[in-house]
Order: sequence, then C-alpha cells, then structure tokens
Amino acid sequence: MAQIKKANGIGDWFDQRLATKKLAKVMMTEYWIPKDINFLWAMGVVLVVMFKLLIISGIFLLMYYKPDAKLAFDSVNFTIMQEVEYGWLWRHIHAVAASFAFLVIYIHMFTAIYYGSYKNGREMIWISGMILFILFSTTAFTGYVLPWGQMSFWAAQVITNLFGGIPVVGDAVVTWIRGDFAVSDSTLTRFFMLHVFLLPLMIVFVIVIHFYSLRIPHVNNQEGADIDFDAEADKYLAGNKKESKVVPFWPVFLAKDFYVVCVTLVIFFFCVFFFYDFSLPGVNFEPANPMVTPKYIYPEWYFLWSYEVLRGFFFDIGPIKAMDIGLIAFAFANVIFVILPFLDRDPRVLPAHKRPRFKIWFWVLMFTMVILTIYGKLPPKGINNVIGFIASMTFITLFLIMPYITKKDAKGAK
Amino acid sequence: MSDRRQFITGAGLAAFTGLGAIGALYAAKRSWDPLPSVAASGFTIVDLSVAKENQLVVEKWRGKPIFILKKSVDMKKDKRDIVVNGENFHISIGLCTHLGCIPSYRPEKKNFLCACHGGEFDASGNVTKAPPPSPLVIPPFKLDGTKLVLGEEGSEYKKLKDADLIA
Ligand code: FES
Repeated sequence: MAQIKKANGIGDWFDQRLATKKLAKVMMTEYWIPKDINFLWAMGVVLVVMFKLLIISGIFLLMYYKPDAKLAFDSVNFTIMQEVEYGWLWRHIHAVAASFAFLVIYIHMFTAIYYGSYKNGREMIWISGMILFILFSTTAFTGYVLPWGQMSFWAAQVITNLFGGIPVVGDAVVTWIRGDFAVSDSTLTRFFMLHVFLLPLMIVFVIVIHFYSLRIPHVNNQEGADIDFDAEADKYLAGNKKESKVVPFWPVFLAKDFYVVCVTLVIFFFCVFFFYDFSLPGVNFEPANPMVTPKYIYPEWYFLWSYEVLRGFFFDIGPIKAMDIGLIAFAFANVIFVILPFLDRDPRVLPAHKRPRFKIWFWVLMFTMVILTIYGKLPPKGINNVIGFIASMTFITLFLIMPYITKKDAKGAK
Repeated sequence: MSDRRQFITGAGLAAFTGLGAIGALYAAKRSWDPLPSVAASGFTIVDLSVAKENQLVVEKWRGKPIFILKKSVDMKKDKRDIVVNGENFHISIGLCTHLGCIPSYRPEKKNFLCACHGGEFDASGNVTKAPPPSPLVIPPFKLDGTKLVLGEEGSEYKKLKDADLIA
C-alpha cells in the first residue's frame, strides 16, 4: 500500500488517496493545445454545453411526461406547455438544443475533414466521434416520437419500416422493433426507455472514450504541423510562453473557449425565446392518427441530407427495385463517414487548401450536402426527383473516388 | 497451474458464460416481441353494399387502414379484384409498400398517390411509379354475402394467395 501520511490539508488528503494533483496536470494544466488554432476548435466544448442543456431540460420534462399512447400528447402539449410554470421553457430549450447540437456536430465534423484531423494517429478520435453521431441521431429520433403527435407517429412508421429492407428477416425485425404489427403504445414505451436511459448512458460512455482518444495524439492545428509536444511544453514551463507553440488546456485554452460558448449561448437563447418554431413543427401539434398521413412528411433538418439520398433513387434499375437501391444508398451514406480515415490515401496531415484535389473534393461535398438538405424538404415531384437523384449520385461518387484523389495529391507533392 | 489445467478452466468458464449470455439474449429478444394480447387482435366486418363507385372507403383493422374501392364499369378489371354480386372491388391494406405512408386516392385520375416519396398505384393497387417495390397488400378476408370479414382467410383469399397475387 502507498505511504499515507498525516495530511496537511484537504487537497493533500485527497491527493494522497486519489492522486488529484497528477490528475489535474494530465487532464488540465499540462494537457497541451497548439496555439495555431481558430474558433472552430471550440466546437467540442460548445457541444458539451449543448449536451448539458439537453440533460438539464430533459430532467424537468421527464417529471411531467407520461409514456403512454393515450396520455403522452396531453402530458406534453397541455401539462408541460400550459400548466407547468416555465414548462414551455424546458421544452423549447430541449428542442432547440437538439437542433443546435446537430449544427455544431456538423461544423465539428467538417472542420476535422477540412484540416485532416482524422488520420495519422487520430483515427480513433474520428471513429468514436462518428459513433457519437450515430448515437445522437438515434436519440434525436426516439425523442422526436415521444410527444406522440402526427409527425412523431409517421416518423416512427417510416423509420422503423426502413428495417424492412433487411433481406429475409426484414418484416419480422420491423414487428420486433415496434413490439406490434403497427406503431403503437409498445413502440412508444420502448423508445421512451431508449431516449431517457440507454442511449444517453451510451453517449456519456463514448464521450469519455472520445476525449481519451484525443489525449495521446493531441489536438491538430491549422497547418497540420507535427509539433513536438514535450519540447514545446518544456519551453512553456520554463517561462518561454511567447516562443512555445502550445498552451495548457486549462486555464488558457478553455478561457478562449468560454468566449465562443458565450456567443453561442446568446444566439441559442434568442432562438429559445423568439425563434423556436423551426425545431417544433406545427404538424406535431396534432395528436397521432394512424389513419391519416400528413400531406408532407419530412424529418428534422439535420436528417434531410440522408433522407434525400434514400429518396433520390426513384426508379428500378434492371432487376433491382428502386426501394432497395434507396435503402442501400441510405445505409452507405450513414456508415461511409465512419471509415473516412481509411479512404484517405494521403498520409500527410494538411488543411484542404494545401491539397489541390482534395480541396475541390471537400467543397463539392459541402455543396452536395447543402443541395441534398434543401431538396430533402421539397415534395418529390418532377424536377426535384432528378436533382435529388443527381445529388445522391454525386455524394456516393465522391466517396468512391476519394482514395484516387488523395493518392494523386500525395504523389503530386513529391 | 499447468497449461492443460488452465485450458480446461478457461474453456469451462467460457462455456458457462456463453450459456448465460445466450439465455439472457433470448429472454431480451422475446421481451421485445409483441404481447399475446396484441398478437391476437380481432376481426373487422365491413358491409360492401354501402360502397359507392370510384369512392374510396377506409376502414380500420388491427390499427391499420383498409382501402375499399368499388370500381365503376369503365375502370379496368384486375386479377386482384374481389368480385361480389358481379361488381368488382379493390381491397387492400392502405399502407404504401415502400415505407408505410397512407397513399391518397385521386378519383379524377383513378389512382393512388403516396406523398411521402412520390410512389403511385393504379386503382387495382399495382405500382405505376416507384419507389414502392410491390402492389398494395390484400389483407386476409372472408366473404359472407355482401359482408367482408377482415382477419379470416376465406376461400377467395386462399385462391389469390395460391396465385401469388396478394402482394
Ligand atoms: S412510403 Fe410511399 S413512396 Fe415511400
């Protein structure tokens, strides 16, 4: 056993038992962050704040929400929205924070792609991040179902039906997920469990892995420069703070992050009070009705791009049914980002503006995502179908050609 | 511990845990299956004589919408039609075979449009525009005079099923 001496204070008492001083150094005061970064590097901390807001507002909603097909709608739209003092505030925060979280996730993700922060030792950061994206998506979807409005019901209907595309066992899987032959009370109660317990628990667990996986390879910088963190840290500790290329996570880096967090929160609360409609679609203020499909159904804005990839294939190709092509494309769109580090055949870590072909690839991808998002919301008629199809094809092609493009860039540099 | 003993201990432990895991997974899987009360939901009886030509009637059966469409003489007959007293009916589960939205009937065009992803079916439930992969599904039914019993497999249903026409 370690040598435990009489402590000379509370700090020392804990330090002897939990090595808190060492921990603080490893996690904060000697966790080195490069100086050469910009505000995009603050998105991780902004996300943590959004996640906290979701949990806090969720706790308050949970106290009045009733997971029962007969009671759910009223417990949200009457009890929480009208009876509970400030109940509306928690609901607005919860809905707006979900939207904001996805916006920040996308910025976070595309920053990583732009600066090449997913390769050369940083693969696990990227992969754990994409697992978080999938977990967040599932949580958002199961949460969307809980108010049991028209959009809730039909989103559950359409999304659970996606599993019907699995060969042979598809129909059985759909019934199993729903716990009924149609979306019903049993579907609602299991989604409730997933949304408030299992998925958040998994998210917290993967967040810990995500942070840990960043600790060893360190944060990337704007130029992709390979920094000798030990040497730079020594300079900093020796007092050469100006010359050193790094700063400690706490207090220097976080202090700047807090500034970005403050700006985000101002915009966030503006939306919570005055501009929340975008996260609470009007159709969902009608109770779920299995006998009437709303005229237009579309997912939340952050799922539109993958939804459009699903819809993009509207005709059969030879013996393959349009539906199956759509489903395969949809599955492809959802997993392809995970393996991005292995599609990039250029070993150098560089920002996109220093990789001539990759730069074009990146901006075409961004453009395609925006087009997919816009057309995902428009009704599938006439020219919209064609544009959706072209954009979906472009999306898929981009990932198929990525290995060639990155290889060429690497060769060109030699 | 000898290698041999270590191996036997390891294998025994693995078998034991494996057994437990299979049991637990099976129980978990079955817990998510539909409850017996849900699985044994009942029958619905519809009187077909009240249906009007080219007007869609929607009934509810096991939580799902059921389409009943009486065809007018100028509408194309189909192998999937159900004939009662010399009149042709199209009867199907009113859920798009793509992802399960309810298509709406357009009497002027005499077809169904699914607004979700733009699928179309003719008045006999056959796909005329993808993405739906197959025709609207005919639910199990029995004819009893002009009455239609949903949920029971009558001889007409079995005939369609044998001819592979129900979906
Ligand atoms: S659900 Fe009808 S076309 Fe997709």
